[in-house]
Amino acid sequence: MKTLNVLAVGAALAAVAAAPAQAGKTLDTIKQRGQLICGVSQATAGFSRPNNQGAWEGLDVDFCKAVAVAIFGDASKVRYVSTTSPQRFPALQSGEVDMLSRTTTATLTRDTVNGFNFAPVTFYDGQGFMVPKKLGVKSAKELNGATVCVSPGTTTELNLADYFRAQKMQFKPVVIEKVDEIRSAYFSGRCDVYTTDASGLASMRAVDAPVPDDHIILPEIISKEPLAPTVRHGDEEFADIVRWSVYATIEAEELGIGSTNLDQMLKSEDPGIKRFLGVTPGNGKALGIDEKFAYNIIKQVGNYGEIFERNVGKGTPLKLERGLNDLWTRGGLQYAQPFR
Amino acid sequence: MAVQYGGRPAQGARWRLSWNDRNVRAIVYQALALLAVLAGVWYFIDNTLDNLARLGLASGFGFMDREAAFPIGESLIDYTPADTYARALLVGIVNTLYVSAIGILLATVAGTIIGIARLSQNWLIAKLASVYVELMRNTPLLLQLFFWYMIFLELLPGARQALQPIPDVFLSNRGMRFPVPVAAQGWTLLLAGAVLGLVATMVTANWARRRQEATGQQFPIAWTGLGLIVGLGALGWLVGGAPTALDRPVMRGFNFAGGVEVSPEFVALLLGLVTYTAAFIAEIVRGGILAISQGQTEAAYALGLRRGMVLRLVILPQALRVIIPPMTSQYLNLTKNSSLAVAIGFPDLVHLANTAINQTGQAIEGIAIIMAVYLTISLSISLFMNWYNRRVALVER
Repeated sequence: MKTLNVLAVGAALAAVAAAPAQAGKTLDTIKQRGQLICGVSQATAGFSRPNNQGAWEGLDVDFCKAVAVAIFGDASKVRYVSTTSPQRFPALQSGEVDMLSRTTTATLTRDTVNGFNFAPVTFYDGQGFMVPKKLGVKSAKELNGATVCVSPGTTTELNLADYFRAQKMQFKPVVIEKVDEIRSAYFSGRCDVYTTDASGLASMRAVDAPVPDDHIILPEIISKEPLAPTVRHGDEEFADIVRWSVYATIEAEELGIGSTNLDQMLKSEDPGIKRFLGVTPGNGKALGIDEKFAYNIIKQVGNYGEIFERNVGKGTPLKLERGLNDLWTRGGLQYAQPFR
Repeated sequence: MAVQYGGRPAQGARWRLSWNDRNVRAIVYQALALLAVLAGVWYFIDNTLDNLARLGLASGFGFMDREAAFPIGESLIDYTPADTYARALLVGIVNTLYVSAIGILLATVAGTIIGIARLSQNWLIAKLASVYVELMRNTPLLLQLFFWYMIFLELLPGARQALQPIPDVFLSNRGMRFPVPVAAQGWTLLLAGAVLGLVATMVTANWARRRQEATGQQFPIAWTGLGLIVGLGALGWLVGGAPTALDRPVMRGFNFAGGVEVSPEFVALLLGLVTYTAAFIAEIVRGGILAISQGQTEAAYALGLRRGMVLRLVILPQALRVIIPPMTSQYLNLTKNSSLAVAIGFPDLVHLANTAINQTGQAIEGIAIIMAVYLTISLSISLFMNWYNRRVALVER
């Protein structure tokens, strides 16, 4: 039961206490198990949510798949573990999951005292506010005295407090861990405002709202939320694989390689493409995985642009623009380090 | 050679360093058990430290002085996000104590009434009480909490269409708002007068009891007490200038301003805890009363006592001896169950400690604090109830 969070934290704690000491063997454990265990959200449309067949899908899920492809050459070798916001870090620290791909914001504290490393950002986001249209609110600056629904244990919760402090406004938080509960609290009118990452608001408005047009997302974006896959400190080998699996999807889009033209590209004479797809070996060996890992990722999951459009882009209920998540060559921030 | 079976060796029996010696065996077993426990403890501590070091996690309670930075919905003490984690956890402890104390009080009253009702000779009352007990005892508390919370969220209107059952009392899915008197000297004096009245009542009651024991004459202490408390309170209010100004709730912006608000989270938690625990307490009370032999009741009636007096003077004092020990565990349960507040968003200790754990990453310290606090609260309740139990225990004369 997710709501019995103290049990979860306690169990994670017991796991930290009881697991025999073992240094940096995440990759070995995963290979031995034959499966990657990936921590995802409870249900965020477009990012990670089970579809009507019960299979997980979304942008975050696709990066779990990319890592599984890099390790096993098979996107299906992932077990998804749904975690609440406060559960996710103990779950990762204790080894219950191998990595998180769960709309997690990279921050200094998490990178250091929490003991995590962040892979490259898979989604540049920012925190926004959603209000019912009938309140007639046009700007976040008019929210003085509002009751705000927010999930606990998030950067959102801290940004919210910071923003109202900076604006010298008052507010009353309603904080519930279970995402269904906090959403129904907002939709029933317990709160005037719901706040989370702008992408999450778009997802909630499009998919969860009884009538999407009854709610508007305010123009203010009050924070930077670089969402990135997260791994534990102390296992550089695995962290490298996660990092370069993410880069592979971005690099592929930069090189103009997609799942449709992938096999023609194998015949390309471009030395960069030959190295990237493993026609010229070297990259795979350096990472300790299959030389064709990038080829396999594009084949089975797609490049970054395809992942984005499939899950959150124009053709989906979320209807998000590429914006900051476009390639650097087109004015966005997505930029892969060189594959050499 | 005489073989000794069981019991201690006879006085002067010689100690022999042999496996056949009962004492030697006992000492060896105990030493082994102690060693196993110590080894287990050492294993866990060592592994924890090892794993923490491996994961590069910070440890220690240094985070308590850092700025918490997260907001808290309701607090009995002053709190802003600029306060420390220590302060935030204190808010949680106060909230836990607050809801537990009120919960215990209400559950005891409600449970006692329902327990007595279940023994009522009125068929309808007895059956209604039975249905209540069975319904509440046999459904999970978490479910009941969700039920009460959903009633607030789904059935009550939004703040702008708030119901107004009594003038100036507003009921909406934001909770209940009611007016409170504006602080004035008169109200302070009223309180002082009432307290004075209470003390006077206690003194009078003591005198009345002694007089009754000596002479058998009764004194209407209930009415006198009520008169003293109300009278002295009213006197204080009049002397203080008879203030009547009220701080009324007014709709302003998004929500009501003024008056006092009770949040739906708090009410749902309190209702859930009270109705659930009251069912158990009702059964304990009923069991306690049934444990008193029928002869006691018949004897009391034979003396000409009325039904209420039989219950108050004969049955309940004896039943209390049976009731107190199991009641203690219900009080402990209620206090510990209050941690289910997490599910419906009331900021109790567990809720806030969880948030702190998540923001700082220091799960071990956070859990240790939660455990220490609950242990302290529970032990305090136990100690108090044990003391009370000794007081009401049968004194043989």
